[in-house]
Amino acid sequence: MDNNGTLKITYREAIKQAIREAMKKDEKVFLMGEDVGRYGGAFAVSKGLLQEFGPERIMDVPLSESGFVGAGIGAALNGMRPIVEVMTVNFSLLAMDQIVNNAATLLHMSGGQLNVPVVIRMGCGIGRQLAAQHSHSWEPLYAHIPGLKVLSAGTHEDARGMLLTALQDPDPVIIFEYTFLLNKEAELPANAGAVDITKAKVLRKGKDISIITYGAGVYKALDAAADLNSIGIDAEVIDLRVLRPLDETTIFNSVKKTHRALLVEEAWSSVNVSSEASARIMENIFYELDAPVQRLGGVEVPIPYPKHLENASIPQPADIITKVKKMLQHD
Amino acid sequence: MEQKLTIPKASVIARDHGIELLYQMMLIRRFEEKSAELYTKEKIRGFLHLYVGEEAVATGVMQALTLEDNVLSTYREHGHALLRGIDAGAIMAEMYGKQEGCSRGRGGSMHLFDATKKFYGGNAIVAGHLCVAVGMALATKKQKKNTITCCFFGEGAAAEGEFHEAMNLAALWSVPVWFVCENNLYAMGTAIRYSHSIVEIEKKGPAYGIETKVVDGMDVLAVEQAAKEAADKIRASGKPFFLVCNTYRFRAHSMFDAELYREKAEVEEWKKRDPIARLQQLLLKEKAITQNEIDTVNKQIEEEVQKAVEFAEAGTWEPVEELKKFVYSENQS
Repeated sequence: MDNNGTLKITYREAIKQAIREAMKKDEKVFLMGEDVGRYGGAFAVSKGLLQEFGPERIMDVPLSESGFVGAGIGAALNGMRPIVEVMTVNFSLLAMDQIVNNAATLLHMSGGQLNVPVVIRMGCGIGRQLAAQHSHSWEPLYAHIPGLKVLSAGTHEDARGMLLTALQDPDPVIIFEYTFLLNKEAELPANAGAVDITKAKVLRKGKDISIITYGAGVYKALDAAADLNSIGIDAEVIDLRVLRPLDETTIFNSVKKTHRALLVEEAWSSVNVSSEASARIMENIFYELDAPVQRLGGVEVPIPYPKHLENASIPQPADIITKVKKMLQHD
Repeated sequence: MEQKLTIPKASVIARDHGIELLYQMMLIRRFEEKSAELYTKEKIRGFLHLYVGEEAVATGVMQALTLEDNVLSTYREHGHALLRGIDAGAIMAEMYGKQEGCSRGRGGSMHLFDATKKFYGGNAIVAGHLCVAVGMALATKKQKKNTITCCFFGEGAAAEGEFHEAMNLAALWSVPVWFVCENNLYAMGTAIRYSHSIVEIEKKGPAYGIETKVVDGMDVLAVEQAAKEAADKIRASGKPFFLVCNTYRFRAHSMFDAELYREKAEVEEWKKRDPIARLQQLLLKEKAITQNEIDTVNKQIEEEVQKAVEFAEAGTWEPVEELKKFVYSENQS
């Protein structure tokens, strides 16, 4: 800990601390997922927790995504507070029926009788040369579904805090975590903990343009904004954080100030979160715009294995800089 | 305090258990015949799946459950809901789509819910609820409660991956879930021989190390006997149990089904094993009941069903302004 009461912590350790804190606070909380126990978590996130909490609360499950996500939903219906870990978002399609048809519908379909307070964590993100089947960005799929709350932990603060708040929520919450960030260190207050899960957040204040992003785009947008600053462009960076329900107010307030919006994400461009945010800007604050809203999304190809092609498939800080300069007619 | 289980009772001739069983099956039958009639009058819309012919299964199994146990069923669940003690009027109102319905009219025929009766649907994605049932039983185990989670499904579900995932998880975790397969031989219009490599569904339980029993699902007394044994075992061991009830649906899959896939003669043959007629004959033969008493039961049921229809008719539509209510818990006003 330094003099300001902050700690240097990896993204992995931030998630682990959140899980540990949640488990200590509430006996109803348990973690279930593939390889979360004896293996220590596919990404070593839950390493040591089995020894600390025992196999009843750190449950290894078989490769049955529909089965154990459904079981998590059932346990939540029946008084428990399960944290279900789907190793990566890529496997979550096998559990999509459970999430869409059970978790998301039961409260409304039962006329308000049945709450499903399940938290489902999924590792995701592109950039580790895992090729097409292991490089999906399914945030927009889940953000499409009423009844779910969909969170994206693009920062260490959210990796540390979102889970704790999600576990207080009466409704099903999905948290996306970004595996390429796991080893990345950042400073967090020593007393970091639960965070709000209803609002987007302005991570960098600026006046010239709003760069609106989430998840894998957050640190890239901040890097780009720092570089832009050195050439005299003052970009505001917004982390959407909550992909459903979308926090329009924070987006609109920013764009009303900067009058320009660039939306950045790694998911394929057609029908992604940026499409939705863009439409809402047009519908609500069109006359505030000094330039057309622009988007930088994933190139619409199955993500390829070679590093240079993988890099070319998703927006990079350099792409953000080029786009911003063009929007501001900087050159 | 433990709530008393309010299974509908035949008030005229109480105490005789056989007559109770008969009454419960007849109530389901009459309620559903009425539902079909109301469907043709367009009072009930959407899908309507009737249980006619299969009444002995729900009736026999329910005798072994308490109100502390959880029940999950399929989209062919009017009978299960009735015997769980959900008011017939609330069920009928649900099918009308009225807000006095047991799911506020939101679910209709396929999605009957009542949290106070621990009746969790009304699930219309085949086999999806099996995994949920396992999770509910897991929670029960973690909470160290001695209750059963009973999950009804058809043999069609046994071809789904989720059946196999749920069986494996239930056995692996050793949780008190009771899988009840209502094998009516047809997954919609596909006969079991076209959907299962092994048509004896009961062979699939032991493959997962789950104790399994098969019973004649057209004989309510046999189902009841098997059910009690199953429930006792689950309560004593905390382990899952698989009960396969071989039965038959006398009517079409749904109201849209022209029944091109089976011979009328086959249906007629099965109707000779009608569980209601079978029990009536047995009770008459043993002089446990007279034809007059059966007529009285019939009359009582007719009145109850009529009352349910009147309740549904008098029901009201949920205001459109409440459309978004309950998408999230905070949208409650």
